[in-house]
Amino acid sequence: MENILECQNLVKFFPGCLALNSINLAVPKGRIVGLLGPNGSGKSTMIKLANGLITPTSGKILIDGMEPGIETKKIVSYLPERTYLNDWMNVNNMINFFADFYEDFNKQKAYDMLRRLGVDPAQRLKTMSKGTKEKVQLILVMSREAKLYLLDEPIGGVDPAARDYILDTIISNYSDEATIVISTHLIADVEKVLDEVIFINQGNIVLTSTVDDIREKENKSVDALFREVFKC
Amino acid sequence: MAWNLKSDRPIYAQLIEQIELLIVSGVYPAGSKLPSVRDMAGEASVNPNTMQRALAQLENDGLLYSQRTSGRFVTEDVERIMQTKNSLAQGLIEEFIENMGNLGYDRQQTISLLERISKEEK
Repeated sequence: MENILECQNLVKFFPGCLALNSINLAVPKGRIVGLLGPNGSGKSTMIKLANGLITPTSGKILIDGMEPGIETKKIVSYLPERTYLNDWMNVNNMINFFADFYEDFNKQKAYDMLRRLGVDPAQRLKTMSKGTKEKVQLILVMSREAKLYLLDEPIGGVDPAARDYILDTIISNYSDEATIVISTHLIADVEKVLDEVIFINQGNIVLTSTVDDIREKENKSVDALFREVFKC
Repeated sequence: MAWNLKSDRPIYAQLIEQIELLIVSGVYPAGSKLPSVRDMAGEASVNPNTMQRALAQLENDGLLYSQRTSGRFVTEDVERIMQTKNSLAQGLIEEFIENMGNLGYDRQQTISLLERISKEEK
């Protein structure tokens, strides 16, 4: 199986809204992919479909050749856009919780990253700033040794220095076999670490390309191209 | 060293230029072993596949060679490194002459100005 994520004529209807309009897409193993699009373009819908949180109206979405279910949840590490953790928990609790829940969770890795980012493991979620909360959740997600990481807006609330550290962590921690899909608006910050970008707009894929192909053909950054394509 | 990458040009091409610079300036001396692709990618904050592509190109060009089990090395061919150094220098000089041309200096005037300023600096 070459592709870790595949969409075949994938359609998702919400009442009064066509969120995804017959998407065809194949994401190979070992890539870092940016899922880029304006607000309401269908990015989160696609990620939720890949996690089995919602089901397709028609068409198929396959993770490592399987439809989303128990088996795919073992190999997919998901960072949702909203937190689902209980705010009375401290970081140690959460790490134990994750280690209990996921076979592929690496505690050592989690504690290393917490130390580097200066997060106190005894701190409770309730008392954390927005940025610290995001760091903790991203650390939990990246400490799994998964085949597919789906990161929905991972660095929005984090300061630029920590953003750089997080991106470096992503580059140096992911294995050659793993694929990371990052949905974000902060294109300038992430484009250096991406292999490929997918531009999505109003439920349609408008462009897939490698970052260097865009720079070579257009003589501009992905960020500049995005601003041009999606000019309001 | 800081990797200085511009956002409007292909990343792999810029990586090639900067690694060439590291080699000709002796940061990576002839015959020395390079860090792993992942470490280099981490240091430059770029995608490992992009770094791999740049290194493969430099290998094709003969500036690097890899040994299957022990990693990637700078060529021991000092001639080859000098050749890269010369072509980098030539590029810089051509660019300089062109810029001076845009200011209205011809080749001869540029050279005499260069001599005068370098004398004054001493």
